[in-house]
Amino acid sequence: MTVVHVFEYAFMRNAFLAGTVVAIVAGVVGYFVVLRGLAFAGHALSHVGFAGATGAVVLHLPAVAGLLVFSCGGAAVMGAFGERVRGRDVAIGIVLAWSLGLGVLFLSLYTGYATEAYALLFGEILGISPVNMVVTVGAAVPALAAIAVLYRPLMFASVDEDAARARGVPVRAVGIAFMLVVAVAVATAAQVVGILLVFALLVAPAAVAERLTARPPLAIALSVLFALAFTWGGLLLAASFPYPVSFFITTLAFAAYLAVRVPRGLGRAETTNDVAFRGGGVPADPARLSW
Amino acid sequence: MVELEDAGVRYGARWIWRDASLRIEAGEFTVVLGPNGAGKSTLLKVVLGLHPLGEGRVELDGAAPRRGSPAIGFMPQVRSLDRELAIRGRDVVRFGIDGHRWGVSWRGTRERARTARVDAAIEAVNAGAYADRRIGSLSGGEAQRLYLAQALVGEPRLLVLDEPLVSLDPSARADVLALTARIARERGIAVVIVAHNVNGILPYADRVVYIARGRVAAGAPEEVITTEALSRIYGAPVEVVRDRLGQPFVIGPHAA
Repeated sequence: MTVVHVFEYAFMRNAFLAGTVVAIVAGVVGYFVVLRGLAFAGHALSHVGFAGATGAVVLHLPAVAGLLVFSCGGAAVMGAFGERVRGRDVAIGIVLAWSLGLGVLFLSLYTGYATEAYALLFGEILGISPVNMVVTVGAAVPALAAIAVLYRPLMFASVDEDAARARGVPVRAVGIAFMLVVAVAVATAAQVVGILLVFALLVAPAAVAERLTARPPLAIALSVLFALAFTWGGLLLAASFPYPVSFFITTLAFAAYLAVRVPRGLGRAETTNDVAFRGGGVPADPARLSW
Repeated sequence: MVELEDAGVRYGARWIWRDASLRIEAGEFTVVLGPNGAGKSTLLKVVLGLHPLGEGRVELDGAAPRRGSPAIGFMPQVRSLDRELAIRGRDVVRFGIDGHRWGVSWRGTRERARTARVDAAIEAVNAGAYADRRIGSLSGGEAQRLYLAQALVGEPRLLVLDEPLVSLDPSARADVLALTARIARERGIAVVIVAHNVNGILPYADRVVYIARGRVAAGAPEEVITTEALSRIYGAPVEVVRDRLGQPFVIGPHAA
């Protein structure tokens, strides 16, 4: 199939439609995931979702339903822990591993083991079912609406939680609501790239955008553009070459991150003198210590 | 504008401090001192309406304090942010105007007015040179000025600062302190500032509140900052000496 003829196929049109919706959600949500330092927590949510998805398959329910329910449940628990989720990589990692273990158990109970597992873990955007399309769009719209409503208090609480609380922002409720939005973004992104690769759509576009601008609205817009570019580019490349879509999407994400990261990273090494003022900076002159 | 009478606070069954009676008048500069864990931040939480009293009475402008009062500008203890986050000092200042409101703000006349207020607040703390840089990439003193601008941009009558100096190097400490005192004096804003270190801040103080060992002592600096009073509060020998300019200097386990 050549690029020109891509849209003559219904499954390609569906893949583009679903991929577009998912990219917009992931791009917007990703900015706040990075801002709040929740990248690993978001990644773990996808694994919790995997247990739900495989459990749903065993019960002959749509996998996406189990994915959504479990990732939202995990999000509610993480949100309830609030600020304490940040930096709890060990606890999150253990829950993540156990969730994958549960998923393996559920898959062993199901006869169609291999293909279903592969689709859940690495994505099945080219074979996305009508049910998954409806669920994806149906979950994306309220998720974006929630971000629009939460926008200012969420940003305030993400950067300056104590000041936000004093100003009357219901910090805890905002945190739980946002984690639920992350769960929806994760569950929908898993439709496109699979559970193991949600990072490519949820975190990479935002991380690339953050390198290019310091203005929040522009960073969000760029994050969406990059998510769209990775998804569309991946689909078009997969239409031309006989390799998986997820490979192309993740490779584009990685390449973009390298492109914005490496040149600046090399230049930054020379300008570290302002680091001394932050955190561990100790004045060299002992007389100043007694001030 | 703030009054505590026979006030006490507790977490669960444990009393943090009791029998606190103090007044903070409009335009006054009050320094809250005491060792770690004595309940200095808790006093601020009481004034901010974030922590209820276990006993006694507290009033802010004649009414019980409530969360989110526009009369107060609050600057919490600073924490360092990732230096690459896509959020500028200017955005952080802006939170002080409408960060607590739901939804997205759209461009228009009100938006321009808000931007002008943010610009004025940044100007007031002399942070124009770096307000458009990432907040996480700024030095402690630079970031602190912008957080101060955030607290000021809502035009409060009381500025509440929780350990604003603790993470700063000495010259930045002196700068931030002098700036805060000057702006407060010019605008008639009362200041309550929690400090860990006595020395250097006393010249600005109209009133000192010392919290230690479950007790709160309040008064003019010359009443509270004495060898006898401080030794009694701490239950350990503390000495107050005067330098050539007559400024008190505290020597003892809690001066550093």
